[in-house]
Amino acid sequence: MPNLHQEFVRSLKNEKLVALCTVIVGPQLGDKMLIWPDGQTHGDLGSPDLTRQVSQHTKDLLQQQKSERVAFDVDGDKSEVFIEVFPPPPRLIIIGAVHAAIPLITFAKELGFRTTVVDPRSAFATPQRFAHADELIVKWPQEALSASDFNEGTYLVALSHDEKLDNPALKLALESPCRYIGALGSRKTHARRVASLKEMGITDEQLSRIHAPIGLNLGGRRPAEIAVAILGQIIAIRNGVGE
Amino acid sequence: MREILMDIERWRQEGKTVAIATVVKVYGSGPRPLGSRLAVSSEGEMVGSVSGGCVEGAVVEEVRGVMKTGQPKLVKFGITNEQAWTVGLTCGGEIEVFVEVFEE
Repeated sequence: MPNLHQEFVRSLKNEKLVALCTVIVGPQLGDKMLIWPDGQTHGDLGSPDLTRQVSQHTKDLLQQQKSERVAFDVDGDKSEVFIEVFPPPPRLIIIGAVHAAIPLITFAKELGFRTTVVDPRSAFATPQRFAHADELIVKWPQEALSASDFNEGTYLVALSHDEKLDNPALKLALESPCRYIGALGSRKTHARRVASLKEMGITDEQLSRIHAPIGLNLGGRRPAEIAVAILGQIIAIRNGVGE
Repeated sequence: MREILMDIERWRQEGKTVAIATVVKVYGSGPRPLGSRLAVSSEGEMVGSVSGGCVEGAVVEEVRGVMKTGQPKLVKFGITNEQAWTVGLTCGGEIEVFVEVFEE
């Protein structure tokens, strides 16, 4: 059986969301365990009660992708556990090779995102405009992307203003555990989008995950300002202070 | 963690002991986020950072100590620490660091 360290490294390499829990104060000092979002675990923290309490607490932290140091009391034994959540590496998928996508990629890369642009319109999606993107896919989103593209580290931004492009990608994202979903457009556009997505079988609860109008309200209209507004919102979500 | 993993793997393959310091608490304006790590090999090689420099020397001393004893340890650094005059964080923050030998 592979040991905890090997399991941990494998999980990081496979870009899986995982929590590493280490006892830093208490009788089980130094004991570790791994917990995945599906409830699977590896190792334990010595005491079954402590292991159970930590597993319970970690569920929420995995959901929020947040690391925390937590105190536990098991039959008078005080322990502190450092629960560290490792999200998959962040990836930004942009639907629509529009003007604002150009500065968006520049800034996103600076923030550590792997960037992908999807747009079947070869007039917009040119290698000249998007030489700085990690990936430029000149195809329809439903051909370019599949469920496996949307994990807990994925941020989807739909900018095309075209339902034929945006909606298939939004549907994939809404049916996945992806971290952020934003869609450009006015409230009116969004109402229309919501109606078509409902027809595609998306529930109200799923729809509430879409950030629309996209981005923080910074009052800017220039492409670079829109990019900053979108990334401002994404950073807040990533750091667990967004709505 | 990801950024220091390759070095740790290599040191382990070379048969070296590795000890790691992890930031587990940041008070006030601590210089590096929670989970920042510094790894040290038994040959004295280093990768990563827990304090952006301020208390790095003192942390390395602690890591070397833990490598000898094998006993994990929680250590606090910062302005309220009694060592303030020698290893205080100039930013006025305070950090707690968990130091452990990297078990295979």
